[in-house]
Amino acid sequence: MRRQDLTYGLGKAVPIVLGYIPIGFAFGVLAHEAGLSIGEILAMSVLVFAGSSQFIAVAMLQAGAGIGSIVATAFIVNLRQLLFSASITPYLKGYSAPKLALLSYELTDESFAVAMGEFANDKQNNQFLWGLFPPCHAAWALSTVLGALVGNLIPDPGAFGLDYALTAMFICLLIFQVKDRVALLTALVAAAAGIGIYLLLPGRWNIIIATILAATVGVGAEKWLKST
Amino acid sequence: MAKIYMIIAGMAIVTYLPRMLPMVVLNRFELPPLLVRWLRLIPPAVLAALTAQSIFVRNTGVVFSWRNIYLLAALPCFLVALKSRSLMWTVATGLISVIILNQFKPLLF
Repeated sequence: MRRQDLTYGLGKAVPIVLGYIPIGFAFGVLAHEAGLSIGEILAMSVLVFAGSSQFIAVAMLQAGAGIGSIVATAFIVNLRQLLFSASITPYLKGYSAPKLALLSYELTDESFAVAMGEFANDKQNNQFLWGLFPPCHAAWALSTVLGALVGNLIPDPGAFGLDYALTAMFICLLIFQVKDRVALLTALVAAAAGIGIYLLLPGRWNIIIATILAATVGVGAEKWLKST
Repeated sequence: MAKIYMIIAGMAIVTYLPRMLPMVVLNRFELPPLLVRWLRLIPPAVLAALTAQSIFVRNTGVVFSWRNIYLLAALPCFLVALKSRSLMWTVATGLISVIILNQFKPLLF
């Protein structure tokens, strides 16, 4: 590991770090409002380090979900990392298995995208990842703690409409994800199924069942659209 | 042991495995195309299910009504998200909409 690789990776981490700070801050405020202590928020951000899964866990906790359904939903939501992990692997020649096990802990949507952009230019240098990944993790963890500290000072978050921040965030992230007709259909099925299953089944398993069902319907619809 | 720490431990394991397994174990393994297509649809599906739940499910149960302030506030959020494609502006729109709607609640209903 050369120093210049670390510095180079650190430079590439700057836009990700700047993007994580407001989102991590929002997570800290919301998680604190949901009743998590600052220590619990820090532990989650360090150990889990998965933005969307963390937001979802907090939303589910507030809705009264149990451990099983929260962990299962986090699993399904983070399954997409299989894709990223598999596509970055060919560029990681020379890494030992323990190093890969450590590096993979740091993989996120954003750092994956930046790393793949770099590999498109230079397939050989893969050591800069040690400068790219860890600062993103640190920025995420620290900004969630900062959010929790500030959330501590806000006596009644509901008065500022803060209880709606998570909903607005989900709306925007959803818009980002609906890129074509198949994604739109999948989203509509998931929304309807999520509410329907909530009404029918106890135990708050509605999100995970609706997600699996809708993605399966979406894959089927995609096949059908291609064949016609 | 507190529920929250069991959740954190469980989440840490299930979020680490999909990141680690292809890199460390399945080094020369390609994911089947059907699985790839399915995995790509997971984010829109889960976000839509969560959005619908956080709009329609209140403490009192499912509220399908224009009296649901969260539903009314969702409309400007969708528009701003589509136009600005900015997380910050969408969240700001949501917060302002809810504050305004709460102020006008006695007049509206």
